[in-house]
Amino acid sequence: MTRPALTYERPETKAAPPRRPRTSGPPTARRRRMTGLVTITLFLLPALVLFGLLVLAPIAVAMYTSVFKWNGLGGLPTQFVGLDNFTRLFSDEVFLGDLNRGALLIGLSLLIQLPLSLAIAMLLNQKMRGRAFYRLLFFAPYVLSEVITAVLFTSILSPESGLANQILRSLGLSALESSWLAEPSTVMTSVFLVMTWKYFGFHMILYLAGRQGIPKELGEAAAIDGAGSWAQFRYVTLPLLGPTIRISVFLAIIGTIQLFDLVWVLTAGGPIHSSETMAVTMFQFGFKRSQIGYASAISVVMFLISLVFALGYQRFVMRRDTEGAITSMRDQR
Amino acid sequence: MTATIDGGRRHARPPSPRRHTRLKSVILHGVVLLLSTWVVVPLLFALVGGFKDNGQLSTNPFGLPAPWVPENYTSVLVSGSFWRQLFNSVFIGIATTLIVVVLSAMAAFVFARFAFRGRELIYTLFAMGLMFPFAVAILPLFVLLRTFGLLDNPLGVILPQAAFGVPMTVIVLRAFFRTIPREVEEAATIDGCTSFGFFWRILLPMARPALATVSVLAIVASWNNFFLPLVVFNDPNWWTLPLGVQQFYGQYSSDTARILAYVVLAMVPALAFYAVAERQLIGGLTAGASKG
Repeated sequence: MTRPALTYERPETKAAPPRRPRTSGPPTARRRRMTGLVTITLFLLPALVLFGLLVLAPIAVAMYTSVFKWNGLGGLPTQFVGLDNFTRLFSDEVFLGDLNRGALLIGLSLLIQLPLSLAIAMLLNQKMRGRAFYRLLFFAPYVLSEVITAVLFTSILSPESGLANQILRSLGLSALESSWLAEPSTVMTSVFLVMTWKYFGFHMILYLAGRQGIPKELGEAAAIDGAGSWAQFRYVTLPLLGPTIRISVFLAIIGTIQLFDLVWVLTAGGPIHSSETMAVTMFQFGFKRSQIGYASAISVVMFLISLVFALGYQRFVMRRDTEGAITSMRDQR
Repeated sequence: MTATIDGGRRHARPPSPRRHTRLKSVILHGVVLLLSTWVVVPLLFALVGGFKDNGQLSTNPFGLPAPWVPENYTSVLVSGSFWRQLFNSVFIGIATTLIVVVLSAMAAFVFARFAFRGRELIYTLFAMGLMFPFAVAILPLFVLLRTFGLLDNPLGVILPQAAFGVPMTVIVLRAFFRTIPREVEEAATIDGCTSFGFFWRILLPMARPALATVSVLAIVASWNNFFLPLVVFNDPNWWTLPLGVQQFYGQYSSDTARILAYVVLAMVPALAFYAVAERQLIGGLTAGASKG
């Protein structure tokens, strides 16, 4: 699943941290401080331990095992190989292909899927009959798991009796028939179509929510000044949707970097690696071929790509929206 | 109807605005209907296809089944494995949600209501968790879980899912807790309420809508999770629905009709849940984006 919405808050200008009153004399104040500390520790510790142990520690473990040659058996890895796994990674054509394919999917999402979602959100923002129903319907695929979606589409895209080819045949478009997922030249398009089917409704919902936050008066004022509907969209709605669009782009890219379920079930990365993603390659080496060290190196690279992307994006793209909500720690008191 | 009459009466004026809106509305409906077809056809194909046999699927792909073959559905429904997987998915989903919501609510309470050194540092650490894709941690997580002996154990899925849910839940709940006025807490303190009493008896009941939202998000994420159960559960007794669907698909790959029936039955709980909890789900997903 794509990571759902991020919540950001504007930085507080007034200093208003919750503070316990410090009016009374020393003994009570100290006792209060003590009980405060105990409460803080007791309340914070469980979440911190769980998070540290199962989110942060694995990343550290991956960094450690990525410098070993290790089949994962018998205690700790012993055969230290330095950065060999990484040099091997960047001369591995499959992995380099993963990067290309990831970039391709991201490009297609940004150029086709998100504009499509935006257009539909704008359409559904008009007054029309059945609007609520369409909204519900377009979002429905997002609720289905990627596995279910993928299994459904393997039967639709199957070469012999799949629905897609049957439809083309009955429309007299046999020339467009294809083996879709079984053909290196069409497999990425097919994966992208399935992705779009599942995720466009999610982005549509984001845009609709963002659109509802824009006061009607702005559009009306522009209309009075003679702006047509395109000009209203271009100069009023689109700029004001900026923050929503930037988050939607962020989620689409992070989601594509970690894409696994959908591709694994649709094609398992095939035919001949032509639809493999980083996560699929990592899974192949880590769980099928027992090259844990090498697969860890892939994990580490995925982590670094996500981290650099996320930090860079927050720093340079979403700066205006978040004012460093995540990247920089603000006024520590 | 009215548009034609009006159009006739006002034909002197260049483009009648009403005719214009009517044309626009036709185009609008056309586009939306086209899109609906694109969304619905695969689902309908699965639903109807499940009532066909494989011969019918290739000779009569579009029509209604003739005759209707309910065996695909009934054979899944009488098999124990489907119900077992459904139970596992529900159990793991509820357990994950309970853990993540309780722990995160406690942490969010501290972040929202106490000032202490290092607060922002720890909070930033949590928030950074949002940026780590699950797929990055799966392999070392597997190594860790194996060391702890948690493979083929539901805790091996529940605990990591809860841990990865913490960042989102803490962020949403902290934002909500902050909106509750300080006067409420002061009044409670004056009446002799401890911090814990305030948290338990006043803050949590007031935060019910936010708790519902984060619970729905957590349960959906757990329900759809595939990668983690895939590596943790070898024993079919623990398989969740996504694993079951994938396995069934591998086992009966040539029996398309049967697979379609299984897929449809596996969709039902998710769609039913969506119908019930649509408001919380969409509200939760858009909360951040609309605030931005």
